[in-house]
Amino acid sequence: MYYDFDSVLDMTGSVLAAGSVADTPGAEPVIEVRDLRMSYGDKEVLAGVDFTATAGEVLVLLGPNGAGKTTTIEILEGFRRRSGGEVRVLGVDPEQGAELWRARLGVVLQSWRDHSKWKVRELLHHLGGYYAEFSTGDRPRPWPVDELLEVVGLTESAGTRIARLSGGQRRRLDVAIGIVGRPELLFLDEPTVGFDPEARREFHDLVHRLTDVDETTIMLTTHDLDEAEKLADRILILAKGRIVADGSADELSRQVAGETEIRWTRAGQRFVHSAADATGFVRELFRQHGDAIGDLEVRPSSLEETYMKLVREAEGGAR
Amino acid sequence: MTRVVGLGLRRGLIELRQTLSSGTDLFGYALPAVFLVIALVWMRGSTIPGTEMALGAHSLVGSVAMLIVISGLMTMMQYLAMDREDGTLLRAKATPNGMTGYLFGKIVVVAGVAVISCLFVLVPGLFLVDGLTVGVDGALVLLWLLPLAFLATMPLGAVLGALFDNPRQASLMMLPLLGLTAVSGVFYPVTALAGWLQGVAQVFPVYWLGLGLRSAFLPDALAAAEIGGSWRHPQTAGVLVAWSMAGLVLAPGILRRMARRESGSAVAARRERAMTRMTV
Repeated sequence: MYYDFDSVLDMTGSVLAAGSVADTPGAEPVIEVRDLRMSYGDKEVLAGVDFTATAGEVLVLLGPNGAGKTTTIEILEGFRRRSGGEVRVLGVDPEQGAELWRARLGVVLQSWRDHSKWKVRELLHHLGGYYAEFSTGDRPRPWPVDELLEVVGLTESAGTRIARLSGGQRRRLDVAIGIVGRPELLFLDEPTVGFDPEARREFHDLVHRLTDVDETTIMLTTHDLDEAEKLADRILILAKGRIVADGSADELSRQVAGETEIRWTRAGQRFVHSAADATGFVRELFRQHGDAIGDLEVRPSSLEETYMKLVREAEGGAR
Repeated sequence: MTRVVGLGLRRGLIELRQTLSSGTDLFGYALPAVFLVIALVWMRGSTIPGTEMALGAHSLVGSVAMLIVISGLMTMMQYLAMDREDGTLLRAKATPNGMTGYLFGKIVVVAGVAVISCLFVLVPGLFLVDGLTVGVDGALVLLWLLPLAFLATMPLGAVLGALFDNPRQASLMMLPLLGLTAVSGVFYPVTALAGWLQGVAQVFPVYWLGLGLRSAFLPDALAAAEIGGSWRHPQTAGVLVAWSMAGLVLAPGILRRMARRESGSAVAARRERAMTRMTV
């Protein structure tokens, strides 16, 4: 869920009323990770990671550089062997994933210059061909190339050689390749690194379209808070090899107590105060000054503040 | 499985068409032909020692052998090293059956490149050299010799490509390979070399492929000029089969290991390295 800042008071209300997000009962999780550990030599990168993802969810793995985001996602993709713990992706251990399992996954890779002599349509058509034998009744595979080009906005470039695509077009092609097999689960690792704001916005629209069109479960990593807040149904914050927070953006904000900021004006002067019990503080404020209070704003801690606090705690605690 | 092989073959044909429409690539395939034509003109009038046959015929056939080995070994190796660096292989890995398709595609491309390189040499060569004939016997020899030559070189090329992480390092393999062709009797009969060098040459496929091709293209009487005075077909087949077996035994494990190590971060690290190299 995403709130703009005009509805701060509404937000406070919804926060107080909200319960925990209800999972679909009985549905098998798309991703199940228990006590995932990874070490490179002596260096422990993942120190017991736990989380699950349910069908249709957009899960964002957020964390500072070096927190283990890429390692985690590569283990789930079946590209990397873990040191310990249990992992199930679409009900299968990624280390044992066969071609059928592979066909149900999509991986958006960051391309550099591979297939540079291929034409856009030619490559999508070729790669799509590998998925045809895994087509099912409710999920016909592959995605018809023309439709796919339309979805990612590359119709005009269908006949262009890949080497001639702009950076933004190339990344859209990366997404198209990732979804050509109509995946049930799509992984994206730092998909918008190096994007300008416009390209970033287009990319976010594309992700929303994917979840709408195909009920695809999406897991992506980013170190961009704004992106996490815009895209995520649920945010996992990874710091020092552990998940330090797991929930929607506003749930995370609530986890960090004492961060609500209250602003008001009185007698032409602006005031700012942080309070743990915002409601009590505001009640007291009105009792004392009544009608003299103007321009009241109550702003729960932003995701950024929550994030900084959680990451600092995790990093401090590990030292 | 047939579907995947079909996809791989089509992939190979697409890439073959791409390389044939690239001026730089074509220049690369034509360049050896230029050198060879110069060499053929230069050696006109020389004969194979102890015979009346033009030395040019020997060298032309020998260079075809060299080109096939270089294609099978070097081209395969460089494709693999390059495709690993730029992420082509990781894409194949992320696709169901993608690796199988990729490998079949590469076999088509490498064989195609070999045939084209040979044509570039053979077509002008035939105008400069007399005495090359391919009878029914010769054609039958080519029928088992050429597939065996590819089988003896491509899997090993793939193995070497999997071992080198860097396409630039892989190019260095060209030096020992050229050294090997020098002692393998490609341009001049191996019988003119010191005995121990003859021994070295007979361990490797270049000599045997050259011998086999000479048996197909040159008159039978010329067998007298070879080691042992014979075309030695059984030994040729034996040595090439041995190299094929070695390659086929080594390749699956090493390729699987290579594939297992591919990941987004591995490709990113190589990109980083290549970028640093470019700017330094």
